Amino acid sequence: MATTVAAPSYAPPRTRTAEPTGGIWSWIATTDHKKIGVLYLFTALFFFIFGGLEAAVIRAQLAAPNQTLVSAELYNQLFTMHGTTMVFLAIMPLSAAFFNFLIPLQIGARDVAFPRLNAFSYWVYLLGGLFITAPIFAGLAPDGGWFGYAPLTTRQYSPGLNIDFWVLGLQILGISSLAAGFNFITTIINLRAPGMTLMRMPMFTWMSFVVQFLVVLAFPVITVALVFLQFDRFFGTNFYTLSAGADPLLWQHLFWIFGHPEVYILILPAFGLVSEVIPTFSRKPLFGYSVMVYSGILIGFLGFGVWAHHMFSVGMGPIADTVFGLTTMLIAIPTGVKIFNWMSTMWGGALKFTTPMLFSIGLVSMFTIGGLSGVSHSSPPADLQQTDTYYVVAHFHYVLFGGSIMGIFAGIYHYFPKMFGRLMHDGLGKWHFWINLIGMNLTFGPMHFSGLLGMPRRIYTYDANQGWDVYNLMSSVGTAIIIVATLIFIWNFFSSLRNGPVAGRDPWGASTLEWSIPSPPPNYNFAEIPKVTSRYPLWDLQEGDLTREHHERHEAVDDHVPTDKELGIPMPSDTAKPALAALGLCVMIGGMLLKQVNMPVFFMVVGTGAVVFVGSLYAWLTSPLEEAH
Amino acid sequence: MTAGTMPAASGGDHAHGHHYTTTGLDNRKIAIWALIGSECMLFASLISTYLIYKGKSLVGPYPHEAWTDTATGKVYPAILNIPVTSFSTFVLLMSSLAMVLAHNAVVNKGTPRRGFWQKLEGNSTFWLLSTAVLGTVFLMCQAYEFTSFVHEGLKLSSNLFSSSFYTLTGFHGAHVAAGVLWLYTLAFIDMKRGLGPADGVSVDICALYWHFVDVVWIAIFVLLYLIK
Amino acid sequence: MADHAHAPAAHDEHAHHPTAKTYVWTALFLTIVTIVEISAYYYKPWEESWIYVPSMIFLSAVKFAVVCAVYMHLKYDHKLFRNLFVGPLTIAVLTLIGLLFLFGKAAINLSTPA
Repeated sequence: MATTVAAPSYAPPRTRTAEPTGGIWSWIATTDHKKIGVLYLFTALFFFIFGGLEAAVIRAQLAAPNQTLVSAELYNQLFTMHGTTMVFLAIMPLSAAFFNFLIPLQIGARDVAFPRLNAFSYWVYLLGGLFITAPIFAGLAPDGGWFGYAPLTTRQYSPGLNIDFWVLGLQILGISSLAAGFNFITTIINLRAPGMTLMRMPMFTWMSFVVQFLVVLAFPVITVALVFLQFDRFFGTNFYTLSAGADPLLWQHLFWIFGHPEVYILILPAFGLVSEVIPTFSRKPLFGYSVMVYSGILIGFLGFGVWAHHMFSVGMGPIADTVFGLTTMLIAIPTGVKIFNWMSTMWGGALKFTTPMLFSIGLVSMFTIGGLSGVSHSSPPADLQQTDTYYVVAHFHYVLFGGSIMGIFAGIYHYFPKMFGRLMHDGLGKWHFWINLIGMNLTFGPMHFSGLLGMPRRIYTYDANQGWDVYNLMSSVGTAIIIVATLIFIWNFFSSLRNGPVAGRDPWGASTLEWSIPSPPPNYNFAEIPKVTSRYPLWDLQEGDLTREHHERHEAVDDHVPTDKELGIPMPSDTAKPALAALGLCVMIGGMLLKQVNMPVFFMVVGTGAVVFVGSLYAWLTSPLEEAH
Repeated sequence: MTAGTMPAASGGDHAHGHHYTTTGLDNRKIAIWALIGSECMLFASLISTYLIYKGKSLVGPYPHEAWTDTATGKVYPAILNIPVTSFSTFVLLMSSLAMVLAHNAVVNKGTPRRGFWQKLEGNSTFWLLSTAVLGTVFLMCQAYEFTSFVHEGLKLSSNLFSSSFYTLTGFHGAHVAAGVLWLYTLAFIDMKRGLGPADGVSVDICALYWHFVDVVWIAIFVLLYLIK
Repeated sequence: MADHAHAPAAHDEHAHHPTAKTYVWTALFLTIVTIVEISAYYYKPWEESWIYVPSMIFLSAVKFAVVCAVYMHLKYDHKLFRNLFVGPLTIAVLTLIGLLFLFGKAAINLSTPA
């Protein structure tokens, strides 16, 4: 295989795919999974930066003891929104960007099973994200932590609107994720191209498949927990009312039954992306494909059995502590196996250290560090010392920033050419990687030490001379470095969109179906649905008669990418009904907080939202997906 | 164009109305089973909470035994009404029969039918409407139950029992209501243009949803009403 | 065990769905089991014995299984649907049992205090 990665061929710039992607209407009314993926990407990057700024203010406040940059109340809002934003508005939607853009392409399909439902998921996410983010500008942001423990978040202890925004916002966002979950489960089961058995699917699609099951099984539980909190706050029920005999642990159990699968929802897509990048730039198939699949499934299943390891300090008793300690240690095994498989993939491979490859190696190493601190948490007596200290903050930032975010960056650099037809500047990408790596370790490394020296979480300031000062200063300096790295990334991203080098259909010499079609792909994806005969379709085929020269000749001649009409492929028509239904739904649910403010307005707003929702849903369900049949 | 190397299978994916699927099964049927799996977790959480709080209410009224309010001296009888709920359970059970016969009738539309019973068996509108009506009767029983409970002193905010009971059965009732609306819509379409074998999947997914709602009630009836 | 009367139709996997007759017999079976359950509630010796709760759970589990197998035709359909349902159901049941243990309610088959 002679394909190289660096500079693209100097063929004349190809015509882009058939229809222009401009026009606000085409974005609002799109049902194309690729455009929806791009929408998720841009929106999620925006929220990633917003959440990062919240962290920056936190770190500025904590850089030195006894600072007064922000009040305690505002600090609570900042760390709550930083967590909520990063988990629900940044990492999950960044993964969703890839689910949307990539899954149909990887399985050889034309779109997802329910294109309009797909669009609906995006608009609900956007509106829900705005709903939960807006209140910070009025000092009313949620302030009970991203995990919102009741009874602290009940009306008695949190009388204001802050928690109402949180409860309702999360319910809205949950609907978005659930709808997407059903969509992708159906898509992966039912729209795979002929010959693509489950064990021939690309690893990203496999990990995403497991994630969708985690979503549809975990989100109902947090929905119930939130409903209980909502009913307590709005209708006077007693689920979390201690004076009525409620159990103070009910919220915690229900939340973490969701919360633990949630962290696997956050990491598995990144694992999947890295499993695409590493084989590509090692010129070797993924080591132990089957084991990677089974360990992913095992992680998903076991992930439902470890939740109370977040509650080792609440006094569940020795039996519960032991059981959950054991299951937590057990789940480290399939996770660790993956690390070894990635390393084995690289071993003996023809390594090419492009930016996506660097970020992937970054995930493997940083996640290992985070995984080690995680294993130390799995022992209840050890965790009793670590819990609620900065040691935990170190752990989850290593796995989420060093793991999920690095994996996502690997995916962005890797798939940017496929999405936009241009390559990101690799040199700038490397600057991004190294500065980010240094910044990330400088920020979160010292937290292991300040945590073990007793620095609690969620404090807005601290006294000097407890041994924490130097570590906090290091973390704050590290944050500034991360900001620099992120600015480099943003600059690279937007300038590459405008004038990055034009990418061909397969700039990396990769192996899977998405690289067999133009960059960016035409709306119908594949002119003919491929017939799959192996796990690495492009590599296996190219070993035969066809040489690279043959490819290039074909590509230079086929400058015109045919339209769906020319090929006679029926495509779903654009429609704004999903967006309208999303608007109605969000007004209906979000409007509920007006109950605390003004009753007549409450009825009007919720009523209008309901009418818009039901009306557009009815119109949507009674109109066909495609135009002329 | 594709890489020029892919042997292609057109697989009839351009055929109007028929799209290629990996399994040969309808997308909607796969999606509804995924939804049902998800709903298992929803109701498991609600039922777990009810069971966790069973017997923990500090004040009454209680489900299966009387309660004297020490503050006022008033005696509140046991709240749950087994005879009425047994009736509504039976109604819901029969609605599942009507549902399955409705789907059967739609899928077998066009087979020759002779005699009253065969014609009845094939009358999809009758069975769809029967399901919807039985579902409506169930809802009316629930409404009656709720209003009489409130009248007897069990308000939403009374205690742990009221909170978990009303929320669990309320969620179930909301699911029934959605199903009833769906059924009336299908019955209406059947009356307007007639549902036939081509609509089999459409009626099937409604049926699956409806049966699931019935099955959840089977669990609720036993765990809440019949076990003290 | 449960639907012995409707066994003939049940053996035709993938061949064709059950007939209207099977459905009616199934409804009859379910009604009988429900009557048994309600009668048990009113029959003090049963209701107050330790076997009451396990027997009620067993009976309702039987009804659950029969509705899923026959009415929702899991027994006759593609195995995919069975898998798609049993996995989540297992996780839901295990979670429920886990929660009951954690809140000290695992002994629900003993009489609970008021």
